Amino acid sequence: MSTIEHENSSQNRRITWEGCSVLLDINDGDRLLFSRLTAGSIVKIGNKNYPLQPLIGCPFGSLFQVENGINGPCLSRVIPTPEANNNTEDKREGAVKDESRDNRALIDNNTAQTLTGEDIEGLRRQGASGNEIVEALIANSATFENKTAFSQEKYRLKKQKKYAPKVLLRRPFARSVCDTYFKKYPARIGFLRVDTLSLLLSFANVTAQSDVLVVDMIGGLITGAVAERLGGTGYVCNTYRGDSPHSLEIVRMFNFGDEINRRIVRLPLTELSASHVGDSKGNGHLQVADSIENPSNQSDVTLSSIQSDQPVSMEATTVASEDEKPDTVTVVAKVHKAVQPGEKAPEDAIKSWKENGFSSLIIAAPDADAWNIVKEVLPFLSFSAPFVIYHQYLQPLATCMHNLQVEKMAIGLQITEPWLREYQVLPSRTHPHMQMSASGGYVLSGTKIYNEDQPNK
Amino acid sequence: MLLTDSTKKLSFNRKISDGDLVIVYEKHDTMKAVKVSEKSVLENRFGVFKHSDWIGKPFGCKVSSHKGGFVYLLAPTPELWTLVLSHRTQILYIADISFVVMYLELIPGCVVLESGTGSGSLTTSLARAIAPMGHVYTFDFHEQRAEAARADFEKTGLSSLVTVGVRDIQGEGFPKDLVGVADAVFLDLPQPWLAIPSAGEMLKPDGVLCSFSPCIEQVQRSSETLTSKFTDIRTFEVLLRTYEVREVKMDQCQSEEGTPGSHRPSKRKHRASEASHWQQDSSGSPVVMARPSSEARGHTGYLTFARLRCVE
Repeated sequence: MSTIEHENSSQNRRITWEGCSVLLDINDGDRLLFSRLTAGSIVKIGNKNYPLQPLIGCPFGSLFQVENGINGPCLSRVIPTPEANNNTEDKREGAVKDESRDNRALIDNNTAQTLTGEDIEGLRRQGASGNEIVEALIANSATFENKTAFSQEKYRLKKQKKYAPKVLLRRPFARSVCDTYFKKYPARIGFLRVDTLSLLLSFANVTAQSDVLVVDMIGGLITGAVAERLGGTGYVCNTYRGDSPHSLEIVRMFNFGDEINRRIVRLPLTELSASHVGDSKGNGHLQVADSIENPSNQSDVTLSSIQSDQPVSMEATTVASEDEKPDTVTVVAKVHKAVQPGEKAPEDAIKSWKENGFSSLIIAAPDADAWNIVKEVLPFLSFSAPFVIYHQYLQPLATCMHNLQVEKMAIGLQITEPWLREYQVLPSRTHPHMQMSASGGYVLSGTKIYNEDQPNK
Repeated sequence: MLLTDSTKKLSFNRKISDGDLVIVYEKHDTMKAVKVSEKSVLENRFGVFKHSDWIGKPFGCKVSSHKGGFVYLLAPTPELWTLVLSHRTQILYIADISFVVMYLELIPGCVVLESGTGSGSLTTSLARAIAPMGHVYTFDFHEQRAEAARADFEKTGLSSLVTVGVRDIQGEGFPKDLVGVADAVFLDLPQPWLAIPSAGEMLKPDGVLCSFSPCIEQVQRSSETLTSKFTDIRTFEVLLRTYEVREVKMDQCQSEEGTPGSHRPSKRKHRASEASHWQQDSSGSPVVMARPSSEARGHTGYLTFARLRCVE
């Protein structure tokens, strides 16, 4: 198979490495956090700190459980055995047959559990593992035997989460990054749900070699997702009005190597509009991205270098970007200076875009008027090229669509709203989830046309 | 269709030339794929269009027929292709396609397996996601269908990214030379549970499988089969609602005595006098409004995703 060689692309690595960004899924999605795997990084679960060192060099998808090691609490890898697995299947089947039990005799008076907090602490001191504590709790529960198999399973799971938490190592891909932000900080990504994000990438025809113009005002999620699809080819160019480029904080959650980061660039709208190359305001802008990240303007200090000294979960990153910079900013002299995403677009690329136009346009500006932006940036899009505008509200898109029609700037205009429902699938207990997201935002898509009356340029 | 050939890349200066594949756009639901050939003509309800008139014009332009009717000529994209391809089977549409590509975590360089090929609607989008160095191996047990799909990929310029095989995946499984090379597998089969064990062998650890099934009974059975080797098993349904946008001149509801709200309690009793209270006022400015389209696709299929468990 000639295809196997492509494995080495850093984007598609399936084993973690020192310094890589990972998504930690604690207890089946109960807690999700981004982290960087370094010798000193830790994750806090319950009231204990666990070093992330053991995760380095493990395949993505590995599962870890907490243990009390010689040097304190640690994470250790669990390799599921086929037998363990058969057990759960047996349990499932049991659940179907077993329909005679119900909760008519259940009295909720908080006396069912005979083990006290002190007993559990005692077990722990004797070195009992989390799973042993769970078994002890079950053995000492007066009501466990009378529960239905389904609710026994629920009870076990609940206790397991508390006493024997599991950590799943996941790859930070557009899918998991968007899911995580949507779950934890939906406002920061303009309430853009993952199915909507996937639609944007399709409607905009994002593919290798594309030159994608974006107006990404949702923290860099669009930029990151596009860069992932470009795989180090083409360009994703984030344009902006005024002097400050939009934040790209989310891009750093992806595991992009230099070859991809180099393709993530920014360009102020004024320079894109300037009729000649070199008509720009000069190099004054070059420092802007750095100074955004580091108000202290120490341009050789970057967030990734902070992360290598200190475990940065998403919470920590938030603090860093919204409050003052942590003191650690002053450390660091990196041997190899990694390419940072969001440098200014190179002159030859700008020249090419002015001559040829961009091949796709994506706008996600939740707090701005869609029409105001699109009428300014659409001229930079090639003829017959697709564009797509995301908004959390319907009305700005409706107005924008109407204006595009009236001005005869585009065809194939359509506003769509995706709807996503997840199902619980279990023997005899299949149904949609009781809770679902009611809105993932709205999408206006279309194709730019060549209009003889108002030719470009 | 993709940008792998830099001379075909969209540009302000890119002109339609002999041999190009263009999408002839009449209106949003009437489109057709046409191969430009200097001596050919296109006939539709707007008249006769000479291909020779198109050559040298930019993509995205409006062209006229001999009677003055017009159409737009667009560069093909997988989205447009999905709307114009000949349906040899029921096909997947954009909502499912987009979600599948995203959830399969496809990026340039990935190897993805698909069965069945069907009309190649999804295949085109899979190819777009893994280009330029990845590969799609797609299988269909129907010889003619596979042949037609091959011809289509040739036409759309994807043949270097897609290999179409004739094979009964449910019966025989995927070919052994693909064991352990797949980043992702997509199944659209009547009995996917028969192909799941083989799909598991093809996948790299932590690789993602997706099975598309219209019926919940199929999902039930697939999910049960998946539990032995897979984890993170999740089933979704994804649909789209489209909106109609219109500029409407609303009657301004002006009552004689003040705010419109003050009349509400007596509305029913004094219906006869209503007209005098709710006066029409055409001076109001037009408002652009959106409403959901009345008809929509209510179901396509369930998408079940799962990850191959890491056991090494």
